[in-house]
Amino acid sequence: MKTAAQQAPIQRTGEAARAATGQTKAHDVVLQVRDLAVDIRTHRGTVRAVNSVAFEARAGETLALLGESGCGKSMTAKALAGIMDPVCDLADGEIVLNGTDLAALSAKERLKFAGPELGIVFQDALTALNPVYTVGTQLGEAFRIHRGLSAKEARVEAIDLMKRVGIPEPESRINSYPHQFSGGMRQRILIAMAVALNPRLLIADEPTTALDVTVQAQIMQLLRKLREEGQMAVILITHDLAVVAEEADTVAVMYAGNVVESGPVSEVFADPRHPYTKGLLESVPVHLERGAKLKSIAGSPPELHDIPSGCVYQSRCPLVQDICRAERPVLRPVAGDRPVAGAHPVAGDRPVAGAAGIGGTPVNIPSGAQPRPARTAACHFSEEISNV
Amino acid sequence: MLIYLRKRIVSSALPLVVVIVGVFALARMTGNPASLYLPLNATQQMRDDFTARNGLDQPLLVQMADYFGGVLRLDFGQSLRTGQDAAAMALRAFPATLQLAATTMVLAVLLALVVGCWAALKPNGIADRISSFVSMAAASIPDFWLAIVGIWVFAITLGWLPTSGVSGAGAWVLPIATLLLRPFGVLVQIVRGSMVSALSEPYIKLARSRGAGELRVVTHHALRNAAAPALTVAGDLTVGLVNGAVVVETIFGWPGIGKLMIDSILQRDFAVLQAAVLLTAVAIFALNILIDMGYALLDARVRPVTVKA
Repeated sequence: MKTAAQQAPIQRTGEAARAATGQTKAHDVVLQVRDLAVDIRTHRGTVRAVNSVAFEARAGETLALLGESGCGKSMTAKALAGIMDPVCDLADGEIVLNGTDLAALSAKERLKFAGPELGIVFQDALTALNPVYTVGTQLGEAFRIHRGLSAKEARVEAIDLMKRVGIPEPESRINSYPHQFSGGMRQRILIAMAVALNPRLLIADEPTTALDVTVQAQIMQLLRKLREEGQMAVILITHDLAVVAEEADTVAVMYAGNVVESGPVSEVFADPRHPYTKGLLESVPVHLERGAKLKSIAGSPPELHDIPSGCVYQSRCPLVQDICRAERPVLRPVAGDRPVAGAHPVAGDRPVAGAAGIGGTPVNIPSGAQPRPARTAACHFSEEISNV
Repeated sequence: MLIYLRKRIVSSALPLVVVIVGVFALARMTGNPASLYLPLNATQQMRDDFTARNGLDQPLLVQMADYFGGVLRLDFGQSLRTGQDAAAMALRAFPATLQLAATTMVLAVLLALVVGCWAALKPNGIADRISSFVSMAAASIPDFWLAIVGIWVFAITLGWLPTSGVSGAGAWVLPIATLLLRPFGVLVQIVRGSMVSALSEPYIKLARSRGAGELRVVTHHALRNAAAPALTVAGDLTVGLVNGAVVVETIFGWPGIGKLMIDSILQRDFAVLQAAVLLTAVAIFALNILIDMGYALLDARVRPVTVKA
């Protein structure tokens, strides 16, 4: 678990690392998450909120973490950014960002990465901004902390940032307080803070959920623009299937703290191989007759202290069998569009960490880029689902 | 800002009048000063003369009207006891109280900020439990008991500190220590509570995600947000201290406004009592205005809106 950290000296952060390794190339793997597990300490004992989650994020691409509320998306994001609640523990796993395993670092060491290597945007921009400081002070903070700029120099950078994210009249607005901005503008400020030091990875935790539809589109457009400019890897956390379809290159579908399916968005959406993904896609109302019944997935996700021992989705799955109650399916490669013979798990079948790059059909590999991991799903019957 | 201040001062006038009326009426319920100031065997004639000379034979409303007339001319009457100007006596006693109160509150606030923040860093951690116990005890120990124990231990048994008076720095230790304890205990709990909630706000997480270290998060991001409740309570506690610290001033023979008030009540020295109460009330109103300005300084959201012409 600590090997990656040992290989990469901690000092190589931010611009120093970039100078050493050169500009990140498009589609390079920026972040590899393996076996990530997060525990929450509660009055009723410790529960596992995120369980052996694995994915990778690539430069200039967007990875969507998709799932219902409480499925562990935000918890995963906070674990990546090192800003978990005090009652949460990183129980296991690696968070390899540009060669350094963040999970193996102390909280203090991680601070060097917070900003120059990794930025995060929250859902509710009003509570994410400190109400008692001007936006200029908050925008300039990263420059003061990481580059040791003076208040005056940081102010210049802050104005520049506000221009970059499209806030009109930055010279006068810089002295305003967060409550004096509209929701959309606040979200822009939040994004500006996250990208201030040109991080390699941007985590956007439901960045548009609190905004109205027209502003949503603008914010997504801004994120796309910044991603292209900085060749950032973006992790987009959302429960909005339309946003995933439009914005993301790859998707990891989460349920009850587990990734249940992952792969390129186009393939996963066209041909879901997990009953949960399928259920989600079927709940999107399309071309409905007036008065037609809206489809939904019956039931609700299990409580965290009551996760069944078999498949996490068994209580809501229409295809549930005995084996699903007895044995938890692991993420296994599934073939792209071609169905694969043998529905049941074969003895000796290896579990696949999303980033491991085992088997499967490679997709869209530009020449010279690192190989893509397989499309994966965690269902005993994943090969049958596309035929259902 | 000036408009705001003027508004506040005008709106403070009515409560001040109510305070004066209340004190005026209540003081006279303690009895006739004549029975205190004249010998036991004084004749009824002598008593009537004394009462008439001091205007106490008039109906209460007339007395009150006279008094308000005087107040408007800044004439607060004379002390029955000393014959001195009542306002001068109150003003002379006030600085001693103010010094005691200010020193106590500055120390209490500083200590409480440090201990409260320390406790808030890890809710239910060891530091939190210790500070919770200490602050609870500090807030609960009665000050008169502590004062007496303090005198007994440090002044009488050990002989390190004087029992009373204002001579030398040593004389300050026991009164301040006694007065400090309750505000400290109460403030630690307030600071701890508001810091815990401030530290769990999303903007704290976001500050950490920008690389802000623990010290910066606590002192820069959380503390200013957590300061308002502490300011409210600190203001309230200061009012209590300015209001006399009656018990402590009496025990330690501190020549402050609290001691003056007690003496005036015991001796039915109405003019001095009224002047002391009025002065204290004005000080409290001033303090409240300062606290409101403190809120505005801390948080732009509560600043009075300035309309640009």
